[in-house]
Order: sequence, then C-alpha cells, then structure tokens
Amino acid sequence: MSLPHKRTLVLGGIALVFLVTFGWIVATQGPLAPVKVTLDSAKETRLERTLFGVATVEARRSHSIGPTLAGRVARVLVDQGEAVKAGQLLAEMEPVDLDARLAAGTASAAAAAQRVQSADAALAEADSRAKLAKNSADRYADLRKKNFVSQEAADAKAHEAAAALAARQSATAALSAAKEDVRRAQSDVIGASKNRDNLRLVSPVDGIVTARLAEPGSTVVAGQAVVQVIDPASLWLRVRIDQGRSQGLAVGLPAEITLRSRPGEKLAGRVERVDWVGDAVTEERIANVVFDSAPTDIAIGELAEVTLRLPAIEKALAIPAAALQRQSNQSGVWQARDGQARFRPITAGTISADGFVEIRQGLAAGDTVIVHSGKALADGTRIKPVDALK
Amino acid sequence: MINLASRDVLHGWGKFLFTGIGLGLLIGATLTMAGVFRGMVDDGQVLIDNSGADLWVVQQGTLGPYAEPSSLRDDVWRGIAGIAGVAETGNAAYLTIQMAHNGKDTRVMIVGIEVDRPNRPGAPPYLIAGRPILQGHYEAIADERAGLKLGERVKIRRHDYTVVGLTRRMVSSSGDPMIFVPLKDAQEIQFLKDNDALVNERARTAANPVFNRPGVPGLLEAAQASATQARSVNTVLVRLTPGADPATVANEIQRWKRLTAYTKAQMEDILIAKLIATSAKQIGMFLVILAIVTAAIVAFIIYTMTLAKVREIAVLKLIGAKNRIIAGMILQQALALGVIGFLVGRIAAGLWGPAFPKYVLLLPQDAIGGFAIVLTICGLASSVAIRAALAIDPAEAIGG
Repeated sequence: MSLPHKRTLVLGGIALVFLVTFGWIVATQGPLAPVKVTLDSAKETRLERTLFGVATVEARRSHSIGPTLAGRVARVLVDQGEAVKAGQLLAEMEPVDLDARLAAGTASAAAAAQRVQSADAALAEADSRAKLAKNSADRYADLRKKNFVSQEAADAKAHEAAAALAARQSATAALSAAKEDVRRAQSDVIGASKNRDNLRLVSPVDGIVTARLAEPGSTVVAGQAVVQVIDPASLWLRVRIDQGRSQGLAVGLPAEITLRSRPGEKLAGRVERVDWVGDAVTEERIANVVFDSAPTDIAIGELAEVTLRLPAIEKALAIPAAALQRQSNQSGVWQARDGQARFRPITAGTISADGFVEIRQGLAAGDTVIVHSGKALADGTRIKPVDALK
Repeated sequence: MINLASRDVLHGWGKFLFTGIGLGLLIGATLTMAGVFRGMVDDGQVLIDNSGADLWVVQQGTLGPYAEPSSLRDDVWRGIAGIAGVAETGNAAYLTIQMAHNGKDTRVMIVGIEVDRPNRPGAPPYLIAGRPILQGHYEAIADERAGLKLGERVKIRRHDYTVVGLTRRMVSSSGDPMIFVPLKDAQEIQFLKDNDALVNERARTAANPVFNRPGVPGLLEAAQASATQARSVNTVLVRLTPGADPATVANEIQRWKRLTAYTKAQMEDILIAKLIATSAKQIGMFLVILAIVTAAIVAFIIYTMTLAKVREIAVLKLIGAKNRIIAGMILQQALALGVIGFLVGRIAAGLWGPAFPKYVLLLPQDAIGGFAIVLTICGLASSVAIRAALAIDPAEAIGG
C-alpha cells in the first residue's frame, strides 16, 4: 500500500502547487488585486517658491541709425561687430545736388557782399553830392539875403540840396538791404551745409555695430535703418512668465539665469523692470532681468531659462503635490482607512518649487495621505501601502 | 464503489498530467489573445478616462483629437468657458512622435497640458512616482512604458526636458506611452519647424515680391515673424459643473461657437467602435479560430486516449460493466483534463501577460467564460469518444 500512498502525496502536492499559483495570480494581478499605494504624512516645512520663465537676451538700448530723408546710400564705413565711439561717422548718404546748392549759395553770398560794397560806394557818392548841394544852397541863401541872386535861383539850389539828401537816404537804405541780402545768402549756405551734415550718419553712443542693413548704392526711405548700434553694457533678458504662475512677480527679485549656451552654469541676476502691459495673446507677463555681472560672450537673441526666487514661506503645513487630486470639481486628497481609499476635500495653497503643496484647510499635522497609486482610485478601492511603486 | 476514472488516471498519471499541461498552454494562448483584445479596448478607454474631461471640443466637422487631426486657435477656450454648465476648460495638444532615447527610437505620444494649476483637464489623474509639472516649461511626466527614469533629461526636438513624474497606463489609443509636457512646449514641438525648414521658408518668403517690396521696410520681417507663430491646439477639454447635461452643453458649443463637441459616450464610440474596430475584429477573428483549434485538439486527445484503452474497456464490458459507468469514466476524465488545462492556461497567461509590449487585460469574466467554454468543449469532445467506446466489441478483450 506504500506505493499508492506516496503517489497520492505527490499528486496532492502537485495539485496544491497548482491551486496556490492560480490563487496567487488571481489575487496579485488583474482587477481583483488591491491597488498599491505609497503614503506620506502632512508636516510643517519650509516652502521655497519660485517663478520660472523663458527669456531672450536683448539690448536695453538699440539704436537704429538711418537718414531723415529718402536717399541713396553713398558709403558705409563700419561693419558688424565693430566698436564705435560716440560721434563717429558710420555711413553717408548720397548728397545728390546738395553740394551744388551749397556752392551756389556760397557764390550768391559772395555776390551779395560785392553788392554791399557797391551800395557803400553809392552812399559815399550820394553823401558827397548832398554835402555839395547843401553848401551850394547855403551859399545861395546867403547871397539872396544880400539880394545878389534872384529868389528863383536860391529856391532851385535849396531844392537841389533836399533832393541830394533824399538821394543819400535812398543810398543808405540800399546799403542796409544789400547787407540783409548778405545775411540771407549766408543763412542759405549754413542751411545747405546743415542738410549736408545730416547725410552723415554718426553714432550717438559708444557701442558695437550689430547690423549693417544697407549697402552703398541702395535706396532707403526716411527712417529706415542703415546701421544698428547697441550699447553692450545694457544687455538684459526679456523674460516671459505664464500669467497663471506669475503671482509675486516684482522688481528686485533675485534671479538664476541659465543660458542655452552654458546649460550647467547658473548666473545671478535680478528683476530690473516689470512691464505693466502683459501679452494678452500668449497669456504671459513680461519682466526684464539684468545680470549681476554679464558674461562677455553672449549673443543677442540667445535663449535662457530664468528662475526667480520668491520669499520663502518659513513654516507651512504641506504634503507632496502628487497627493493633491480632484474628484468632481473638488480638490482633495485620498486617505487610507481600513485598507480602503477615502476622499477628503481640502483647500490647497501655494505650491513650492520642490513639489510640496501648502494645506490651508482640511488636514492636520501628521495626517497620512496617499501620494502615488498604481491605478486611479475611487471611494472604497482596496489598497495596499508599499514603499515605492517603481 | 471505486471511481473508475481516477483509478485509470492514476494508472498513467504522468501521461495524463503532461497532456493536461500541453492543453493548458494552448488554452493559455487563447486566453492571452482574449486579453490582447481587451487590452486594446482598454487602451482606448483609459485615454478617455485619463483626460478627465466631460466634453472634447474640436475643429468643426472632425473626429479629433485622437482619431483625426484637429486644429483650433488656443484662445477659443475663452468663449467656451463662458457657456452655462462649463466648470473648467483646458487646452490640450496631442501628437505622436518618434523619440530617440538610449540610442533607440521609441514611439511616444506627446501630450501638451496646461500647468498653471494642478489637476487641469488632460493632466494625468494619478502618478506612480515623482510630482506633477510645476514649471511652465521643460518639465515632463512620462509613462513607465517609455523607459524613462525620474530626474532623467530627455531631448524632444529642440529642448531638453526633465522627467519629474512617472505614470502607469497612460497610453494613446494605439498603446504608445504618453509623455506630458507643458502646452506651450507641445505647441512648439508640434508647429515649429526644424531649423532647415525655417531657413528655407524664410528664403522663399524673401523671394516672394509681394512680401519683399522696395520702399516698404519691415514688411518682410513682419511676414516672416507671423509664419513662425504656434498658436494652435488640438482640442479644448471641458469639465462640466455637477448636474450639467453634457449633450446640452455640447449642442450649445456646436451651435454658437461653430465647433464640434463630443461627449464621453460619443468619444468612446469614436475610439472603440471606429478607431480600433478593424484591428479589434482582426484579433477577434483570430480568437475564434484559436478556440476552434483548441476544441478540435481537445476532442482528438480524448478520442485517442479512449482508443488507447480499447482492451480495458472491452474487459469492463466483458465483466458486465454498464454503459453508463464506461461513459461516466470517459466524461470525468475529459472534464478533469479540461480543469487542469484551464488552471495551467490561466497561470501561463498570468505569467507571460505582463511581458507583452502592449497591455494585456485578463478579465475575471473572460476567465469564467473561458472555463465554461473549455468544460463544454471537453464534454462535447468526450461524447465522440463515448460513442467509440460503446461500439467496442467485448470480444476484443480476449481476441487479438
């Protein structure tokens, strides 16, 4: 009887192994298995808050230098990347007829000066005539008193003297008109040379040429830039920050800047200006951040990531942000009770940079919450706490 | 009275057991095939459930965003948010890309979600590790199937993203793992062209006399700037206030916003009835064939087992055993074979199921149904063997 007995044992063993494996598979896989979760508890902690934005390097002051009138570019003296001084000639426009007009003006000024001389001479002549006529008239008047000449002759001399005086006044007026003419001609020359100077495009600042936008011979309209100059000391970042996460954005916030060209490096800076007008289309706010000490070899237009550090909340009741869930338009957390998941509505506050969310209402210090879960939870889901899901 | 069936099985138990295991592996393959089918349907279902939306607003007249491309301006949500019954809206962008990771390409679905507050529509409803996206840019949550680790940096198109969270079962309708990124990044991934294309496009615009006219400075720059904007999304996910009727709100949006809105039921219909219908039918067809093959093999096995016992059955008949006893023995053996086969099959399916690249969902009701079918097939197959057994001449016991 020992053989069948042993065989029964073996077969029973095999059957048992089968059933246990089957039971294990059913219980640990598929819908009947409890959902694995990780737990954490609400505790008082320090919340570091940050704002994050993508930025481009820009020049705070960029000067587009071009003519005030439409014209053709005569020569461009500088090229991209050249350092220029304030007042340095960068480019010049074609003067067209301005030089000729300047020459004409100069000539007419000289002619006017000549006319002044001639008027001066005419005045001298009239003066002398007037003196002669006056003396003659005086003499005739004397002779008339002694009855040596007729009244008619004396009157004729008196008239001659008056006419000569009038002729002198006329010569004086002609002289001052000639002088005015000189001034007009001189002003014309000054105006023409001012216009001529205006065709010389000079740099208003010490800076770097960032663009040479027109070449000699090309026609540009009034206001179109020929050369662009920036002040390299004025480089800053234009940061775009999502409106939804821009609370607390203010001038003076310290910033950490990571330029795309140096991914591992963090440069220090601070917010210099916050635009009052945000971008309504992209739903972003715009701020300008300056470097504490700007690196020398950055390019305008380079992309940068900027993290602004807000004042930290020193002590707040907080849970990991992954625990914050939502059930039918209500924020809350899942809690483990008697091996089952139960939803508890809470009011959440600030979220810190390292993933902790402040609890305003609904939880006390030490309360346990479900952080991660292997499946979506529902009220009453059977759960099994584990250390980590992966 | 002793049980003839068990006595016979014990007589050649090794052979019986191995036959059962072989049969079990076949049943396991059938169950797995059913699991693959269920997994496909579930992939579509989780895509709908995980988005957390009650309504999907898409481009007018399209079956978007999953089954067809759909493109909307990203500010249409402002109009939708004002409609009665709408609690919250969220822009979302979906696109499938090939992501190079660890030297090999992985097909992933990029999901752009709004991240200004936690739990916006479209965001993953639960995480298995890490935290939600908190920065406005360059953070990602990846499904575990994508093979990424927490804290890893992964390059998608132009930028590097840090993996801050991991999810499970966040897949597209075709089972590709999802990677969640902030919406603005997803728009850039989807709509911003690569550098070469941008340069070519600029050259093309510059060569166009309409955009590059003498005497109009700035026109070319303006035309080129407007060409590189990314201002579209694929869908607006809408959450309704409790008690609002989805169909009414959907109607309102279709009527006044000139867009198409789908409710959850309609979206399920699109994804499960339309999108995966052909491949599901393909698998279903194969499942039917596999079931027929399994039935045939069970019938053959039981038939040959019976024929191998011709002499013994003849002896039984000779000593006057009733037909009922012989039939019972064969039926019991067939059913026992079926039970062993089912257990082995379920265990095998449970063990190799998780190793499949796509999701295999073994439902308890499928297992119970499968068990019933296996026993029915065994019963029917044994009837053939019983007929053969009853036709055996008792003389065979003593004859040659």
